[in-house]
Amino acid sequence: MFNFAFLVVVFPITAFTLIVLFLNRSHRASAWTAIAGIFGALIVAYGILLEALPQGHELAKHPFFAKFNWFPAGQSFFTMGWMLDPLAVVMLAMVTTTCLMIFIYSVGYMRHRHADEHGHMHESDDPRYSRFFAYISLFATGMLGLVISSNLLELFVFWEIMGLCSYLLIGFWSIRLPTEHHIDDAQVGRAKNAALKAFLTTRIGDVIFFIGMLWLYIRVGTLDFDKIFTPAALKLITTDITAFGVPSAAIIALLILGGTIGKSAQFPLHVWLPDAMEGPTPVSALIHAATMVAAGVFLIARMFPLFETPAAAPAMAAVALVGAFTALFAATIGLAQDDIKRVLAYSTISQLGYMVAALGIAAFAAGTFHLITHAFFKALLFLSAGSVIHGIGTNDMMKMGGLRKKMGITTLAFIVGAFALMGLPPFAGFWSKDEILADAFAHGLKGEIIPLVVYIMLIGAAFFTALYTGRQIFLTFFGAPRDQPAHDHAHESPAVMWVPLAILALFATFIGFVGAPFFGSPFQVFVAEEKPVFNFIAAGISVGVAVAGLGLAWLLYGLRPLKAGQRDPLSRMLGPLWTLLRNKYFVDEIYGATVIRFTILFAALNAAIDKWIVDGTVNLVGKFSALFGRFNRWIDENFVDGFVNQVGLFTDEFSGGLRALQTGRVQNYLLIAITGAALFAFLFLIR
Amino acid sequence: MTFKGFMIPLTNYLVLSLALFCIGLFGALARRNAIAILMGIELMLNAVNINLVAFWRYVKPAQPAFDLTGQIFALFVITLAAAEAAIGLALIIAIYRSRDTVNVEDVNLMKG
Repeated sequence: MFNFAFLVVVFPITAFTLIVLFLNRSHRASAWTAIAGIFGALIVAYGILLEALPQGHELAKHPFFAKFNWFPAGQSFFTMGWMLDPLAVVMLAMVTTTCLMIFIYSVGYMRHRHADEHGHMHESDDPRYSRFFAYISLFATGMLGLVISSNLLELFVFWEIMGLCSYLLIGFWSIRLPTEHHIDDAQVGRAKNAALKAFLTTRIGDVIFFIGMLWLYIRVGTLDFDKIFTPAALKLITTDITAFGVPSAAIIALLILGGTIGKSAQFPLHVWLPDAMEGPTPVSALIHAATMVAAGVFLIARMFPLFETPAAAPAMAAVALVGAFTALFAATIGLAQDDIKRVLAYSTISQLGYMVAALGIAAFAAGTFHLITHAFFKALLFLSAGSVIHGIGTNDMMKMGGLRKKMGITTLAFIVGAFALMGLPPFAGFWSKDEILADAFAHGLKGEIIPLVVYIMLIGAAFFTALYTGRQIFLTFFGAPRDQPAHDHAHESPAVMWVPLAILALFATFIGFVGAPFFGSPFQVFVAEEKPVFNFIAAGISVGVAVAGLGLAWLLYGLRPLKAGQRDPLSRMLGPLWTLLRNKYFVDEIYGATVIRFTILFAALNAAIDKWIVDGTVNLVGKFSALFGRFNRWIDENFVDGFVNQVGLFTDEFSGGLRALQTGRVQNYLLIAITGAALFAFLFLIR
Repeated sequence: MTFKGFMIPLTNYLVLSLALFCIGLFGALARRNAIAILMGIELMLNAVNINLVAFWRYVKPAQPAFDLTGQIFALFVITLAAAEAAIGLALIIAIYRSRDTVNVEDVNLMKG
């Protein structure tokens, strides 16, 4: 099966091509083609997983490589191909599973219910139904390709394909047809801006990543994963001291971290992810929670041998601190958001911070484990939130409340996802999050500063995670409805939507056991040959913190349910801090006042230069040419044309005289000839 | 024409030939009828023939028995005149058929 791993890319891209070229008129055919494509990829991915599992950790030491030459560069070739190591194998299984669930869910989600002017309910497909499935198929191509890439350049290509899909899908509702009722014009404007913001913000990270890639290529001369992680190649970049005073390994690792910060929405480039929630909810689930944003974490995991070298220690510290800070920072913002999807977006940023921090403290297995479990439970949370939005028609939690009576399955699914997110045993998030915390705890106890700082921040983040998730549950599903008309309109989603929810809920509940120490931690053994020991103190602290957070949420929102128009109890408690959190620490405003204003000023300066200097020069040259042209024209008219005309006039007049000679009478000619002959004879005779 | 002790002088022949040529030239230039013009041309050619034969006789040839240049020249001219008459008449008939006239004053298509 390893030899056919490329099929995971071929199936979805074929689906994309078919939909774009042939099937875009038929909504059903497009949807089922996309699902068939991802299902094919799923079969291949699980085939690979089944073949890889018996090999165990041997596969990590000797990954499977298949590659061919792509294009020449000097004496060497850039290659293309696929690489299968335990990380890629589990990622393949995770990505295809979540993708399939989300694709199926989308079949229902992209049908909208809306009321006509008489108040009757109608259902109709989104007019861009086929396009949606084409985009998500292309996205699946990008993600699966990235996972199996055998070199950094190929990985970058797929990375950018995903960036493109992300842009297209965030801005999916940036054009509104007059017949559409499920989106309004304000939303269209927001979608446009969000798509641009996401694309430009991640672009910053991408450029930094690209520079790191170039630096690596200059030093090592290849980007193939099987060549850059050899001891000889690593020695090349760990022993040379750059002008910055550190080995180039540290610089390259820092630059690659830049790519991760952009793609995985880490501080300070996290601002695009919450806005990305303007896209359809399955997209938020798939791209902006479960898979694409995980690509940044995957990148660090993929380049882990480089980060692991002692020379790259400064970069590792940066990874750990960026991740831990982001985890805490985003979790606090999540407390003060009213949009159900935005809370989840900040939660995603926070959880990605957990993974990055885990990798930063060298807890490779824990970080990748959290990557996998998070994908399942975050996809579940998003799809449940999507189901809520689909039913009630708004994102605003202040207009929800009491939905558990109307949407039982969704409520249950959401709560399962929420428990997993909070890290309550035995749900998936507990095992992975606990392992990260336990690793940090164990290292922190040994007196290492960075893991200690990371641990404190992550514990804080865990508390806030439980608090905002609890707030979400109580505000959305419990209490009394705060917007009665919307509540009456609410309905449970169709089976095509809740069946994927149920399957993902099963995963969110049980997937954690593959990494549970009580079952021998098969996941960690497979991925990193680690056997984590269950630390009861660390686990006790983290569960205690989570329960405390949930308890506080119950006290604030569960005990006395919020009434319509009532002030949020947290805002009374926090005072000015609430304003700060609600405005996301004003990061957007700070960027607006600094980076964006500077960019606009710089652009205005350039525009002025363009207008006065560049255009001025061009205009001057043009004016001179025009003048010179006028002079030439004068010469042409008076001299050149004058000469030609004079020749013509002369010929005309002269021929007018000659015409008189040609009378057309033969006898005249004869007379002239004879006269001439006589004349010549006479001249001859008198000579 | 070799009568013993008496020969008509060459001048007489030349005067005859000149008269004949001038009559022919006047006909060719002054007549309006195309046929008459053709006849004038014939007269001019024959004036030339008289000249040729007369000069052959009076300008002493080295061996008169063999040197027949003037005679042969005259024969050529006669042949040519016959051909010319044939072509000229054919042209005149063609003009007559197309324009219903043989008056050369009316045939001035080539007037510039």
